[in-house]
Amino acid sequence: MTEAAAWSGLAIETRGLTKRFGRQAAVKDVDLEVPRGAVFGFLGPNGSGKTTTIRMLLGLAAPTSGEARVLGHEMPREGGRVLPRVGALVEGPGFYPYLSGTGNLHRLDSADRYAIGRTRGARVEHALDRVGLGSAATKKVKAYSLGMKQRLGIANALLTPRELLVLDEPTNGLDPQGTREVRSLIRSLAAEGTTVFVSSHLLAEIEQICTHAAIMSAGSLVAQGTLDELREVGRPRVRLLTPDVALAAPVLRTFGMAVESHDSAPEASADGREIIAILGDDSIEPDAVVAALVAAKVRVRGFAVERTSLEDRFVALTGEGFNVDQ
Amino acid sequence: MTSDTETAHASTVDSSTTVLASVRARPAVGWALLGSEISVLFRRKRTWAMLLALAAVPILIALAVRLTESNPTSPGRGPAFLSQITNNGLFVAATGLVVCVPLFLPLTVGVVAGDTIAGEASAGTLRYLLIAPASRLRLLAVKYIGAAAFSLAATLVVAISGTLIGIALFPIGPVTLLSGDTIGVGESFVRSLLVAAFITVSLLGLSAIGLFFSTLTDVPVGAMAATIVLAVVSQVLDNLPQLVWLQPYLFSHYWLSFADLLRQPIAWDSFGANAILQGAYLLIFAALAYGRFSSKDILS
Ligand SMILES: Nc1ncnc2c1ncn2[C@@H]1O[C@H](COP(=O)(O)OP(=O)(O)OP(=O)(O)O)[C@@H](O)[C@H]1O
Ligand SMILES: [Mg+2]
Repeated sequence: MTEAAAWSGLAIETRGLTKRFGRQAAVKDVDLEVPRGAVFGFLGPNGSGKTTTIRMLLGLAAPTSGEARVLGHEMPREGGRVLPRVGALVEGPGFYPYLSGTGNLHRLDSADRYAIGRTRGARVEHALDRVGLGSAATKKVKAYSLGMKQRLGIANALLTPRELLVLDEPTNGLDPQGTREVRSLIRSLAAEGTTVFVSSHLLAEIEQICTHAAIMSAGSLVAQGTLDELREVGRPRVRLLTPDVALAAPVLRTFGMAVESHDSAPEASADGREIIAILGDDSIEPDAVVAALVAAKVRVRGFAVERTSLEDRFVALTGEGFNVDQ
Repeated sequence: MTSDTETAHASTVDSSTTVLASVRARPAVGWALLGSEISVLFRRKRTWAMLLALAAVPILIALAVRLTESNPTSPGRGPAFLSQITNNGLFVAATGLVVCVPLFLPLTVGVVAGDTIAGEASAGTLRYLLIAPASRLRLLAVKYIGAAAFSLAATLVVAISGTLIGIALFPIGPVTLLSGDTIGVGESFVRSLLVAAFITVSLLGLSAIGLFFSTLTDVPVGAMAATIVLAVVSQVLDNLPQLVWLQPYLFSHYWLSFADLLRQPIAWDSFGANAILQGAYLLIFAALAYGRFSSKDILS
């Protein structure tokens, strides 16, 4: 396999990406694969290494080992060629407090040698309008609220048309309207063909806008894929409520299901007990299972097939604990 | 430029939602960032405050001399040229520069040069400049040129404010140089500009040192303080007789030698030696700054 063939046409690809701060590995052995055109959610609890990974993708920090490719180019070596095509928000906005919103965007746009100076004013104005800051454009940034600064940060990422947007917690500090606007902005950018890589710990948000996701835990990548793939890693489960537990279990087993729990189920009541069984095979018809249970004289008081939510997966992969893992 | 115009026309017409020509096929040289740096630096209130403070120094000197004219200071006391002011207002500028060179100019230049990279880091704008992207080398170059431009502006402000207040408060006439020769008023303005150029060059080494310190930290005040302290230490060492062997290599060694430009004929030796010394400091500290900054992880 040649080097060119080894690297596919992904928007972001990393191999064994590792970053150490002293003895602590903030990111270890991460192999990310972000397809072009995807809206890719980058999930993980606080301190799991999301921002550190993003810094390496953007060439701000050098990996301790491993490599990263962005839009087919090696980072940080080829950053000068790739970064003009990438818009980014990294660990919150950073602006000159003594300049206006417009002044700040002019300043940052002038650093891009590929941006055309003649259209700068119009592009800045357009970007500010896109994030709803048109009326606060001439206000000094020191008079901006947190959410306004966040919006200005997003506007900065949109100064020129980008092939890739890297947004580190873009809705941090935004009001509900702002959050919704950012979601619809991401959707419309994705519809134009922009690949969006968005980090967050808000699962609901990721579930609403992303096509793909990856989950980080204590510096390691513990899962990645399309949202459906991620949810389905845990098989669908059958939840059965019945007083006839002893009768039901063998019936479920004849369908190849692993009966997970019954005795200790907290829902146990006079009505019956809950049995949870893993549906071994997608081809099993839930109707047939219920028919077989009824035929075996099992009183079925409740029956449901559930898929795991992203939240279940997230908690299963990153742990229940509230404390930050080091 | 012509190719930009064509793309602009091609893309503005194809959509109702203003699509603007926004990117060029090949990168520009990157002067836009330098323009932005200079304009941001000189629009900043802090820069104005420092320039105003510098402008006030010759004004205060002139006022003090004017108000105490009845009992003139004995010659030999106070800064050089002070005793000449009452006879000729054109000496106010030179006196102001003599007063500002040891402390006030290094202080303000230290603030600007120490702030270059560390200030961007602490504001959180460094990461956004670098991913815009401004290459690290280009950013250092732009920042250094900005600090040098401030050194020039600061020196000129003292010279101009001194000249104006001198004309306003004292008689003006042909200037007697240190060599005893006399030059006309017009020629004396040329000499003032030469002195300003000499002092600006004198501050180039200090600016490079400040730039280097600024790449070492995310705390701008730290880099500023280190730069200013070093300027003071260098001048103290320059006055210790035990260190005569070291003194020609101190970046402050020629700071007050601009008096050589006030002789007839002009003694250019110290101008040349100073330029070489400052160039050497610039090369060494710019290389150190690049060595540090090019491989630095930007975690601010
Ligand atoms: N400059 C630094 N020096 C030392 N350790 C650091 C530094 N920056 C980050 N770390 C460590 O690296 C780990 C990952 O941090 P990172 O900022 O990437 O987390 P994150 O996933 O972005 O968290 P959050 O959701 O809170 O933004 C943390 O354990 C943190 O302590
Ligand atoms: Mg983070």
